[in-house]
Amino acid sequence: MTETPSGNVPVSANPTGAQLGAAAEFPPASPAQKGLFGVHGSGDTSGFGGLVRRRPAIVDAQRPYGGYFDEVVDALRDGLATPDEAIEHVVIDRGELTLYIAAEQIATVCQLMRDDPALRFELCSSVSGVDYPTTDHRRLHVVYALTSMTYHRRIRLETAVTAEDPRVPSVTSVYPTADWQERETYDMFGVIFEGHPNLTRILMPDDWEGFPQRKDYPLGGIPVEYKGAEIPPPDRRRSYQ
Amino acid sequence: MSETRQTGVGDDAYATSRETTEGRVFNVTGGDWDEVLGGGDPIHDERIVVNMGPQHPSTHGVLRLVLELEGETVTEARAVVGYLHTGIEKNLEFRNWVQGTTFVTRMDYLAPVFNETAYSLAVEKLLGIEDQITPRATTIRVLMMELNRIASHLIWFATAGMEIGAVNMYLYGFREREYILDIFELASGLRMNMAYVRPGGLAQDMPAEAIVKVREFLEYMPKRLKEYEKMLSGQIIWHKRTKGVAVLDVTGCMALGVTGPVLRSAGLPWDLRKQMPYCGYETYDFDVPTADTGDVWGRYEVRIAEVRESLKIIEQAVDRLEPGPVMVEDQKIAWPAQLAIGRDGMGNSLEHVAKIMGQSMESLIHHFKLVTEGFRVPPGQVYVAVESPRGELGVHAVSDGGTRPYRVHYREPSFVNLQAIPAIAEGALLADVIAGGASLDPVMGGCDR
Repeated sequence: MTETPSGNVPVSANPTGAQLGAAAEFPPASPAQKGLFGVHGSGDTSGFGGLVRRRPAIVDAQRPYGGYFDEVVDALRDGLATPDEAIEHVVIDRGELTLYIAAEQIATVCQLMRDDPALRFELCSSVSGVDYPTTDHRRLHVVYALTSMTYHRRIRLETAVTAEDPRVPSVTSVYPTADWQERETYDMFGVIFEGHPNLTRILMPDDWEGFPQRKDYPLGGIPVEYKGAEIPPPDRRRSYQ
Repeated sequence: MSETRQTGVGDDAYATSRETTEGRVFNVTGGDWDEVLGGGDPIHDERIVVNMGPQHPSTHGVLRLVLELEGETVTEARAVVGYLHTGIEKNLEFRNWVQGTTFVTRMDYLAPVFNETAYSLAVEKLLGIEDQITPRATTIRVLMMELNRIASHLIWFATAGMEIGAVNMYLYGFREREYILDIFELASGLRMNMAYVRPGGLAQDMPAEAIVKVREFLEYMPKRLKEYEKMLSGQIIWHKRTKGVAVLDVTGCMALGVTGPVLRSAGLPWDLRKQMPYCGYETYDFDVPTADTGDVWGRYEVRIAEVRESLKIIEQAVDRLEPGPVMVEDQKIAWPAQLAIGRDGMGNSLEHVAKIMGQSMESLIHHFKLVTEGFRVPPGQVYVAVESPRGELGVHAVSDGGTRPYRVHYREPSFVNLQAIPAIAEGALLADVIAGGASLDPVMGGCDR
């Protein structure tokens, strides 16, 4: 992001053609991490107490993006009926392009990504989730890694939904390989993929409660009964005081 | 008995009965065979649902297959996974970036070096230190990955051979793999799950004895490979069990996201080492073997040829190894101790211990901070993929600027490839499900994570 204060002197001018990402300390007001392990008032030094975390800032990239990124974004914008609504952000970081897509448009975008002769992202490498509970009101993000075998390109699509209404159109009709990966994302994050043929838990048991990869779901501490013994949460297992 | 009841024909079509003082007496009549035969086979429409696994020797661990059979033909097949889920991705978020290597190496336990390398490449990309990785570290990574690829393929020959009936192949495959595990042990101190590749380089340097052993292996392995081919390639049973079995063409592979030897057996030479090189693979001379049959036989041929190509790469890697550091110089990332293999397998540098305990308090603090808290990784996300023995192994790593991963997701080829089970099993014989499932080479530790 280029800021031009009154003197018309660019504070941080973008080098032409450079691939920009979030600076390590951007935005500068982001809260610093708290404490060594972030644990206070407990004897637990096992590290399970949870750190106060910062989230990676979304900083829109400026044109030209460099490399094949301009070509991909242009082709996608040409193919979409409402490109400004569908593409929320364009982020380039560490030489990787991330397109933030409005959740309801993700299947349309994927269809175009696969079929447009200028895009040809034939392979959906990965679908997974990330949870940002403290910093984004649409806390559940779904991340798609697409690969173009024709052009040897990779891009990432990211979409965000709230935990109250976690509905994302399924891309299984475009990429059948997303079947199990969407099931895993549902299993771990509780994102509901509308139009998925069989959206059930895949890694966790069928009757499991809760979504383990969400950030407010503890590591351990879920009472697991094993031959009459219940295992307490890690922070109550031992004390170093 | 005061009451005698004559029961009607309606009770049992073939046996009327009457209550007598001696109890119930049945009146059995014959001559209904015409009726039985005319009515058709009563079990004709009966479909049997067979639950295969999760404890079954030919499902490669704890894969469960639910098969609907009509006679010996599979009409529907569903794979059920998750029995080995251990929450590795969740655990990673509670340990620092270096400790992550110890977790990820346990995912796909037949290809630990690939898990570690993919993870380390992702962390290095997040740190922006890809250029600082020393040539020796990169070359040893390539060397270890290719040795691991051979070890993994050997397990495939062994287990697939056993499942199809060539039990002696099982013994041979494990015998040769032992040789590779010995090399791993010499290099890292551990035979499996070594956590040898770390963000920034390697845990420790490869000793000269290991290189000698690698050179011996280069002499030894081609002969063994010929033996395998003598045993399997010309064998009529092997042909009949593999040719035309579990066919999946390029379209099917790409729709289902299947990569690796299965995709190459269908004819597409898609190998990330060639197509999107990493770790300097573009500087090595090797070929990408393919087949055009798309069946189990093709996958066997591709894997045999891949072992030969890996041997070529190992030879080149050994030749270009030159002494030098195996960790980045950045003191904020590299652990200060110059670890060397000692009698306990891992070892410590006595000089370093003497220095931090006796002379330099700052070094001690620095060491302590780095080991307990770890280094900070600038916020952002990356996706890095390597060509594992089973296909594209991708790591999606997200950092929030802290000393621990915010999220790490593994795109596991075993997990993705197993989706092809219904496509290759339905309509085939039950015995071909075993051969077809084996040909995908799933490792459940990787699949379930």
